[in-house]
Amino acid sequence: MKFEAIFRVVAKILIPLIVLFAFYVHFHGDFSPGGGFQAGVMIAAAAILYAVVFGVDEAQSILSQRAVAFLAPFGVLLYAAVGLCALLSGKNFLDYTVLAHHSKHAHHIGILLIEIGVIITVSCTMIAIFYAFVDRSR
Amino acid sequence: MSAIEEGFVLKEHLPALIVVVPMVVAAAVAMTRNNRVAWAASTIVTWALFVFSAMLLAEVTNVGEISYSLGGWPPPYGIEYRVDIVNALILMLVSGIGAVVMPYALRAVDKDIHAGMHPWFYCTYLLCLCGLLGMTVTGDAFNIFVFMEISSLATYVLIALGRRREALLSAYQYLVMGTIGATLYVIGVGLLYIVTGSLNLSDIAGRLGPAMSDHSRSVMAGIAFIFTGLSLKLALFPLHFWLPNAYAFAPSFATIFLAATATKVAIYVFLRLYFSVFGAAISFSQFPVVEVILVLSLAAIFTASFLAIYEDSIVRMLAYSSVAQIGYITLGVAIANKAGLTGSIVHLVNHGLMKALLFAAVGAIIFRVGTDKLSKISGLGFKMPVTTAAFVVGGLSIIGVPSTVGFVSKWYLGVGAVNAGLWPVTLAIMVSSLLAVLYIGRVIEVVYFNPVCERCVKVKEPPLSMLAPIILLAIATVYFGLDTSFTGDIAIKAAEQLLEGLKQ
Amino acid sequence: MQVFEIVASYYNYAITIFLMLSGLYIVIAHGNLVKKLIGLALFQTAVYLLYISSAKIIGGSAPIIDERFAVYSNPLPHVLILTAIVVGVGTLALGLALVIRIHEAYGTIEEDEILKDMDKSEYCGRKVEGHQ
Repeated sequence: MKFEAIFRVVAKILIPLIVLFAFYVHFHGDFSPGGGFQAGVMIAAAAILYAVVFGVDEAQSILSQRAVAFLAPFGVLLYAAVGLCALLSGKNFLDYTVLAHHSKHAHHIGILLIEIGVIITVSCTMIAIFYAFVDRSR
Repeated sequence: MSAIEEGFVLKEHLPALIVVVPMVVAAAVAMTRNNRVAWAASTIVTWALFVFSAMLLAEVTNVGEISYSLGGWPPPYGIEYRVDIVNALILMLVSGIGAVVMPYALRAVDKDIHAGMHPWFYCTYLLCLCGLLGMTVTGDAFNIFVFMEISSLATYVLIALGRRREALLSAYQYLVMGTIGATLYVIGVGLLYIVTGSLNLSDIAGRLGPAMSDHSRSVMAGIAFIFTGLSLKLALFPLHFWLPNAYAFAPSFATIFLAATATKVAIYVFLRLYFSVFGAAISFSQFPVVEVILVLSLAAIFTASFLAIYEDSIVRMLAYSSVAQIGYITLGVAIANKAGLTGSIVHLVNHGLMKALLFAAVGAIIFRVGTDKLSKISGLGFKMPVTTAAFVVGGLSIIGVPSTVGFVSKWYLGVGAVNAGLWPVTLAIMVSSLLAVLYIGRVIEVVYFNPVCERCVKVKEPPLSMLAPIILLAIATVYFGLDTSFTGDIAIKAAEQLLEGLKQ
Repeated sequence: MQVFEIVASYYNYAITIFLMLSGLYIVIAHGNLVKKLIGLALFQTAVYLLYISSAKIIGGSAPIIDERFAVYSNPLPHVLILTAIVVGVGTLALGLALVIRIHEAYGTIEEDEILKDMDKSEYCGRKVEGHQ
C-alpha cells in the first residue's frame, strides 16, 4: 500500500491517545457522563484500528481470540462478584454500602469496580465480534 | 434455610439469586473448554433454580408477596423484584422444564451441536433461562425489556444452531420480528414513562389513572404499543408467523425448552400488565379490547389447528398446535372471570408440560430415525413403544381427554365461558378439540396402524438419558390431570389475585 | 402563533415518528437482508430519540448536586437508552453474523431468492457443515 507509512505513523500516535481518553471516560464516569460502556467501546476501537493498520495476525498475537473469549465472561463474573460481596454481607444484591464505611466512598468504589468489569466485557466482546467477522472473510 | 455466612440468609435473597445464579454460571460455563463440565454445571444450576423457585412458591403461599429492592434502593426509585403467587407459579414452570430436560441435553446436544461449541451452547441456554426468569421476577417495566432482549438474543442463537441451513433464515426472521416486538414494547413503556414518570409496575398502576384524565391519548397509544409488541412475542394469531419455522429448524433440545417456556413468559407479562397494571388503573370497557382478544383467540385456535392437520412434519404440526393453544390461553383473558382466568393460568402451565413432552418425544424420534416426516415413520409404535406411548399421552392431553392435564384447563375455560354467558365460546372449545383429534389421530394412525417402514426396521428406543425426561413429563401430564390440588388451587388463587385489581 | 408553539414543543416526536416509520418501511419493503437490518437499526434509533428528547431540559446539567447548578436533566432515560443501545448493538451484530452464515449457506442475501431455494429443497434440506 502506497500510504502505509502514513497510516502506521498516525495510528501509532492515535492509539495511545484513544486508550488514554477511554480511561479518562472510565475513571471520570461517576462524576460526568461516561463509564465502562463508552470506555470499553473506545478501547475496542483502538484495538480494531491497530488490527486494521498492522494486520489482524499482528493484533491476535497480542490479544488472541482465546484470550478475548476468556476475558469477556470474566468481566461479567467481576461485576457479579461485587454484587455477591454485598449479598454475603447480608445486604441486598449490588448494595455498595458494604464496601466502605462511608456511603459516598462505598458507592465510589462500588461503581468503579463494576465498571472495570463492564470495560473488560464490552471491549472484549467488541473485539470478539470484529475477530469473528474477520475470520469468516478469510 | 442455612446461613452460609453471618448475615446472609438464602431465603431473603431468592428473588435476586434466581436471576444472578444462571447469569454467573453462564459466564463461567463460557470460560470452560470441557463439554461434560459445561453440561454438569448447567444441570446442577438448573436443578438449583428449580429448588429456589419451589422455595419462593412456598414462601409466597405462606407469607404473601415478596418485594426485593436491588442495590438497596427502595421502590419505586430502584429496580424492584416482586414475587407473588402468579409469577412464582411461572418460575416453577420455567425452571422445572429447564431442569427436567437437562439429562435429555446430554445426547441430543452431542448430536446436534458441533463438539467444540458445547460450552457456548450451554452458556446461551443459561442466558436464555436467566432472561426468562428475569422477565418473570421483575417488577420494573424497563427491566422486563432488558430481560426480554437477553432471552431473545439467546433464543436467536439457539435456533440458528440447528443442523439445517433453514435454521439460519428462521433465526434471522425471528430476530427481525422479535426485535420489532421488543422495540414496540419499549416505545410503549417510554410513552407511559413520559406521562407517569415511573417505571415500577405497581407505581405506574397508581399513577396511570390520574394521568389518563390529562393525557388519555398518550396513555392509550402507550398501551397499544405495549400490547402489540407483546402479542408479537407471545405469537398471538396474526403475529405468529415466526414461530413454526423457528421451532421446526432449531436443535431439538432448544425446541423443547423454547416451546414450553418462551411464549409462556411473554403471556405472563401480558397477563400482569393487562390485569395488575392497566386494568387496575383504567377501565377497558370503553374500548373493544375484550372483543379483539376474543376474536383473535378463536381465529388462532381454528386457523392454526387447520394448518396443523395438513402438516407432514410433526414438529411443524406441533408448532401450529402451539399457536392454537396460545389462543386458548388468551381466550381465558377475554372471558375474564374467575373460572376463565384460572383456565388460562392452568393452561399456561399445563401446555408447557405437554408441549415439552411432545417435542421431547418427537426429538427422540428424530434422534433415532433422522426425520419427523409422518410419511417416513410408519409403524414406529412397535419399534419405539415407550416414546410413542409418551407421545400419545401428550397428544391426548392436547385433545383434552379426561385424566390428562389438557382436560383440566379446557374444563375451567369451558366453565368460565358458560359463567360469562358465552355459550358459543364453550361450543367452539369443544369443536376445536375435534380438530386436535384429527391432527393427533393422524400421528397415532401412522405409528400404530401402518406397517413398519423400511427406515424404521432397525430403530430402537432412545438412550435412557433421553427416555427418563420423557417418562417423567408423561407421568406429570397424567398426575396433574388427576390431582389438580396443586396446579388448580394455585391457579385459582393467582386468578383471584389478578382479577382483584381489574377495574370494571 | 399557536401552530408555531406546537411545532416548536413537539417537533422531536415528529422526528421520532418519521424515523420509526421509515425504519419499519425499510424492514418490510426491502428484500435484502442487510438492508432490513439497517431499517431495524433505524427503527431502534427512533426509540433512543423518544426517550432522550423527553428527558433533556435545555440548559440542564448532569444531575450532580452542586450549588452552581439549579436545573438538572433527568438521568434515568439516558441510562435506560445506554442499555437499549447496547441491546441494539448486540442485535445488529447477531443479525449481521446470521446474514454472513446465510450467505455462506445459500450464496445470496436476497430474501426472495433464498425463499425460492427453500421451497425447492424443503424436504431435503442440505446440512450446513461446521458451526462457528
